[in-house]
Amino acid sequence: MKIAIASGKGGTGKTTISTTLAYYFAQQFPTALLDCDVEEPDANIFLNIPVSRTFDVDVLIPQVDMDLCTGCGRCEKMCQYNAIVLIKGKPLVLPELCHSCGGCYLVCPEKAIKEVKRSVGTVEVGVNGNLHYAGGILNIGEHMAIPLIDEVKKEHYNATFRIVDAPPGSSCPVVHSMQGNDLIIIVVEPTPFGFHDAVLAYDVAKTLNIPCAVVINNLVEEYKPLFSFLEKENIPVLAVIPHDVDVARSCAQGNCIEYMLTKYQDKFEAIMRYIKEKVQ
Amino acid sequence: MTNTIKQLAIVSGKGGTGKTSIAASFAKLAKQRIVVDCDVDASNMPLVLPHTIIEEIPFLGEKKAVISQDRCRGCGDCVIYCRFNAIKDFYVVEPVLCEGCAVCTMMCPYEAIDMVDNQSGTVVISQSDDQPFLFAKMGVGQGNSGKLVSELREKAKSIAEEDNYNLIIIDGPPGIGCPVISSITGVSHVLIVTEPTLSGMHDLERIIQLTKHFRINASVCINKSTISSDNIEKIKEICSKFDIAVIGTIPLDMDFVKAQIAGKTIVEYPNSVASQAIKSLWERISQLLNL
Repeated sequence: MKIAIASGKGGTGKTTISTTLAYYFAQQFPTALLDCDVEEPDANIFLNIPVSRTFDVDVLIPQVDMDLCTGCGRCEKMCQYNAIVLIKGKPLVLPELCHSCGGCYLVCPEKAIKEVKRSVGTVEVGVNGNLHYAGGILNIGEHMAIPLIDEVKKEHYNATFRIVDAPPGSSCPVVHSMQGNDLIIIVVEPTPFGFHDAVLAYDVAKTLNIPCAVVINNLVEEYKPLFSFLEKENIPVLAVIPHDVDVARSCAQGNCIEYMLTKYQDKFEAIMRYIKEKVQ
Repeated sequence: MTNTIKQLAIVSGKGGTGKTSIAASFAKLAKQRIVVDCDVDASNMPLVLPHTIIEEIPFLGEKKAVISQDRCRGCGDCVIYCRFNAIKDFYVVEPVLCEGCAVCTMMCPYEAIDMVDNQSGTVVISQSDDQPFLFAKMGVGQGNSGKLVSELREKAKSIAEEDNYNLIIIDGPPGIGCPVISSITGVSHVLIVTEPTLSGMHDLERIIQLTKHFRINASVCINKSTISSDNIEKIKEICSKFDIAVIGTIPLDMDFVKAQIAGKTIVEYPNSVASQAIKSLWERISQLLNL
């Protein structure tokens, strides 16, 4: 069973919910937490799983052999991302714009282009008993999060439950984090910002044809538009967690998993029950 | 000679630290400004800045491959060459996975694949408090948000030049990747909003490193400061390690939620504690930017 935790809006509690859920599941089943928020990976700050293996994630970028290049410009024309520009008849590669599609390499009539590796980030992997962890760390200044996300998702394939901590937003990194999961749990804050962005995340899940459920977090007061939307779209609400300053305090101290499981164990029990029913 | 246009970007690394609430407050406090919501993935500023839409401009992102079922003979070359796994069985392109590289079009021996235009979003030019407010609506699951951010900033800059605005306030997205880089390149100053939680601090360090990487001036403000006084000290240590000033602290204030539900900014609640703090923060920034 593969579950992604998403939210659209940042800071609604994705990481708190996903790490607590993973920790809770791991008390019974081999469970993996996959941190796909590679721009700001925070899950292991709270899980504290010793990292036993790290590896670099590379993408392929073109390298032009100037002795073979005739300056025909087909590579420049082929590249849809303006990652190759011809300056005085010589191709110049702009690595940060390259999407590694291989087009320039395929189109070059002189076979002057070869593809070389460029590191975009690192994946960390670790295990603590039943709880498995993998997370990506994007290099500072790097644009492309997707190759890293795809690599994180390949880890711990045999865990009974795989929980993906997705990044905020609704664009390509979110699509790649959600893709291939059996269920998306959207953590939504019942506020105008939270609701607006949760709908965006829901739309991505719908496009990918993945069923959704919702956890309402940080409830201050009932926000009507959210509740009528959930009813209209028939999205199950698995748990409602109230606004609680002590959650923030526990996140400040780093013991929010313990705090959540002490104070809100029934909520996580309810989420687990729903997921188990889904499996059957 | 046109006067120099100052650009202030508000970012955070971690999401939900209060970027948008603070940026929208600055929009209210600044006398003369253009505001741009560059969080095109999840654009929230329009929810708290009442506005009238002036113009909507379609944004064409990368083209998408479409396979003509009449011309396709099912050789499967496209599947082999597509590095984004965007072509599924029976030779149909999955639009959300297609990155528009056109390799399939080039490699198809039957010329059965066309690249077609794809509107990936809309640039919206509006007026809020009789001054320009720009934001974008992005299509579901579209890529290229960095390019959309650049497009928004280009538009803002040309309006600033035409109508003599000397300040552009940019509300940035969370993270440190492509749309964040597009939001901060070339700005005069970056304000980083953090919070005293472990993840807030971890993400702060990464976003500071990003500003250092691109050699952009930055300062830090700590929101929800009353959550942990210990961590405030730690944040100050991180900042001094990177030689970055902490120019404001804003206490945790539930009026933020109240204001948001009312569709207002927190500075419209003059008695809230956060409102006072944001006003003095704005004064510091005005000094920093020489406004």
